[in-house]
Amino acid sequence: MPKRIVVPFGPQHPVLPEPIHLDLVLEDEKVVDVIPSIGYIHRGLEQLVQKREYPEYVYVAERICGICSFMHALCYCQGIEHIMEIEVPDRARYLRTIWSELSRLHSHLLWLGLFADSMGFENLFMRAWQLRESVLDISEDTSGGRIIQSTCKVGGVRRDIEQGKLEEIHRVMDTFEEKCRGLGNVFLNDETVKYRLQGLGVISKDEAYTLGSAGPTLRGSGVAIDHRETGYAAYGDLGFKPVVETAGDCYARCAVRVRELYSSIDLIRRAIEEMPEGGIDVKVKGAPNGEYFSRVEQPRGEVVHYLLGDGTKHLVRARIRTPTLANVPALVKMLPGAQLADVPVVVLSIDPCISCTER
Amino acid sequence: MTTVKEEQTTTSVALGDLIREVEGIHADGYRLVQIGCTNIGEAYEINYSFDKGYRFRNLRLTVEPEIEVPSITGIYWGAFVYENELHDLFGIPVTGINIDFKGTFFKTAEKFPLSITRKGGDRCQNV
Amino acid sequence: MAFLKRSPWILHYDASSCNGCDIEVLACLTPLYDVERFGIINTGNPKHADVLLITGGVNEQNRPVVKNLYEQMPEPKVVIAVGACAATGGIFRECYNIVGGIDKVIPVDVYVPGCAARPEQIIDGVVKALSILEERRERMTGEAQVQEEARHDAAEAGESR
Repeated sequence: MPKRIVVPFGPQHPVLPEPIHLDLVLEDEKVVDVIPSIGYIHRGLEQLVQKREYPEYVYVAERICGICSFMHALCYCQGIEHIMEIEVPDRARYLRTIWSELSRLHSHLLWLGLFADSMGFENLFMRAWQLRESVLDISEDTSGGRIIQSTCKVGGVRRDIEQGKLEEIHRVMDTFEEKCRGLGNVFLNDETVKYRLQGLGVISKDEAYTLGSAGPTLRGSGVAIDHRETGYAAYGDLGFKPVVETAGDCYARCAVRVRELYSSIDLIRRAIEEMPEGGIDVKVKGAPNGEYFSRVEQPRGEVVHYLLGDGTKHLVRARIRTPTLANVPALVKMLPGAQLADVPVVVLSIDPCISCTER
Repeated sequence: MTTVKEEQTTTSVALGDLIREVEGIHADGYRLVQIGCTNIGEAYEINYSFDKGYRFRNLRLTVEPEIEVPSITGIYWGAFVYENELHDLFGIPVTGINIDFKGTFFKTAEKFPLSITRKGGDRCQNV
Repeated sequence: MAFLKRSPWILHYDASSCNGCDIEVLACLTPLYDVERFGIINTGNPKHADVLLITGGVNEQNRPVVKNLYEQMPEPKVVIAVGACAATGGIFRECYNIVGGIDKVIPVDVYVPGCAARPEQIIDGVVKALSILEERRERMTGEAQVQEEARHDAAEAGESR
């Protein structure tokens, strides 16, 4: 029997922008077992609800994670709005959809870049991040912030996007889509990429489902669950079909994200075309009294904000379950069997967002 | 007008029935969404949330401090992340977790920061 | 050694931030901002690094890691705290697990403001840090020179006796 050794991976590791630590149990070069340990970014954000009034907590929710920032705020606001029975104006719902999909575009491009870097494909990393800057330009143009938009609030949105700008975004999307398709083509059809990804880190449909995985990790294994189907914000009006792949390997997860780029571009276009006129927010009075499990589809999967209010300005409890935490068990099941050299690729294939995970 | 196609139901469950109920939900083909805990002053409310086709089912277990809660990792393997969190942040003893970190999943400056009785304690509760 | 400031190597670490600043640090390295044209290289190895770019308010578990990374870096070195949390703890200041700023753990030379800090600001911060690095290098070589001369003088005095 080959000798077993334990190799520590992280917390400070060149391939990871954020710290996570894995103890890899190896037999020669092959991974046989994995013990994750997290907590390097645990800040204790959930408890801040007792120190911040509920409209202020939106700012904290935005900073749970700098990548899915807008969607955390959206999830939180939708939860509060549900408890307080606030009806958000139509225009706000459409604007929220546009900002959500812009976040998804920038998150997926960011991930594609990091993923290429983990494969050692540096040129592709640079290309993906170059493309991402055009999304950030739109975000900065419409909200003032590159990554933290701060445009969502309880009862609507803080800023409107004027018609001229909407038309400009619509125009920009054409050239942007062309470039995305060029980039996606490399990820999906390049022989070296396929060689690195196909058959690696496989997780079956049943396993992905019962382990409670979320997002592209789940859809890459052939399970068509995407929370946008429930029709929050403007998704119900626009219509939406989840992107699904069936192989369950790193390639499939990558393909889901590449194809979601195209579906996001399409959603942004249609939201602009069907943008209703009207106000962007409603006045909010009182305080939330009740509870709700608010759910939103983030780039990494479904996020759950459990909010419990007792009729005062301070919530009793906000419990945030983020998609990466739900994908950790899947990661532990994916890694055994992989070669040590493939570990960074497999780890990145779930798109780990550690700040989210640990709150 | 927003119409979210999603149902949410919450049912209370007694400690003794927890495993049986979760087994039933598993057999019905639900997936585990999350396990979360709320400190409601003198007791903990633990929410076990499941979902199937956007039907959200929630089992609510109310336990007093220091009461041992059985792990559901025998049914849902991936529940260990949430159960370790229950232990590390709330100081709830959870018995029989498949991957038990013994209090090292979240290392906090103050042990069990959200606990009712264990706040600031330093001993692992899982035996 | 004299050209250290022409090609500083950077080590980046996320000490409990929301990763907004971290992705902006990475954005500095990519084509739009491209700090590599100034000779700045991102390294993963603390022993290769001259500049520590660090984000976040530092939590309990990160405290020893931050200290360790800092101690492993060779002299001269500079530390840049990127973002509001790295400066004071920012929005997370009141969280139970946050120490509250990088300077609670290791000495900081440059603070870059912003939540999240913009790439232009981060680059400005690095440029500012480089002049501090250069000063430190000069002082170190100066001290080495003084020591060397003292040794030389002592040796000469010994010979003439």
